[in-house]
Amino acid sequence: MYKIGIIGERDSVLGFMALGFSVHEAADVGEAEKLLHTLVKSGEYAVIFIVENYAVKLEEDIAKYKDLPLPAITVIPGVMGGNGYGMANIKTAVERAVGADILFKND
Amino acid sequence: MAEIRVNPTRMELKKLQGRYTMARRGHKLLKDKRDELMKRFLDVVREDKELRERVEASLDKVYKSFSVAGAVGSPKMLEEALICPKKEGSLEVGYKNLMSVTVPEFKMQVIGDNATESINYGMAFTSGELDTSLRELNSLLEDILRMAELEKTAQLLAEEIEKTRRRVNALEYIMMPQYLDAIKSIKMKLDENDRGNTTRLMKVKDMMLKAQLEQKDEEEEEEE
Repeated sequence: MYKIGIIGERDSVLGFMALGFSVHEAADVGEAEKLLHTLVKSGEYAVIFIVENYAVKLEEDIAKYKDLPLPAITVIPGVMGGNGYGMANIKTAVERAVGADILFKND
Repeated sequence: MAEIRVNPTRMELKKLQGRYTMARRGHKLLKDKRDELMKRFLDVVREDKELRERVEASLDKVYKSFSVAGAVGSPKMLEEALICPKKEGSLEVGYKNLMSVTVPEFKMQVIGDNATESINYGMAFTSGELDTSLRELNSLLEDILRMAELEKTAQLLAEEIEKTRRRVNALEYIMMPQYLDAIKSIKMKLDENDRGNTTRLMKVKDMMLKAQLEQKDEEEEEEE
């Protein structure tokens, strides 16, 4: 049995408490980074959601865990609104696999 | 391109030919694998893209109604209402084998009573906006987990495709031409040796014939 973690600033993550997620508040990027590593290392989390504005700055840290089957680190937009980083991630995956972007060329 | 240096012997030739056939078979198989992986990957990514668009739009709405709820009540009320959730979510993880790539499958299990309803606070001090936003967030749960699953799958597949593509290319553009070159050079060397042998034999035969003829001539002269 695994837990679902969510890392983000207070306003973004508060609501997820009611869903039964294990909520971790981070006031700044440094804190989010520390939290991310602790959560992954604990091995208790299968899914870790992280809000976009932190994820952008923690790109390298997230990339480290990209090729492991668990945990799945997924980016969600925060309360400030999305900046398209999550979509950009899909785009990168496509580019990595196909060698060229074939899904988003119309955007 | 660095070529393979080998002794030009028939044994080496046989070995190289075997390796070449193996490489060609492997290349064909890997190419098929790559194509199939690509097909699956694109399916996953398309679904993921759609899902993400939907989830992002709904999340935006949820956040908005949350801020309204926070504004109508006090932020403290919001926190108090949410701080001790009635249910605890846990995730069951299954694994699926997708073209020899192990991908996770998530299934949310909710522990706690009243599992479908996520409202865990008294109605007296909270606003109706909070109820709506929580209900909406709750309905989003399945989508958001599916999205996490798809995104992980896409990442893992992308890695596998990249690996397979490298292998296919290495076989196609490095290994196979190298083997072919080596095979060709051995064949040429062997043929050259063969020709050398034949000419030598012809020459020896000529010499022997000549010697025999001369001997015959001498014998005839002696008889006379």
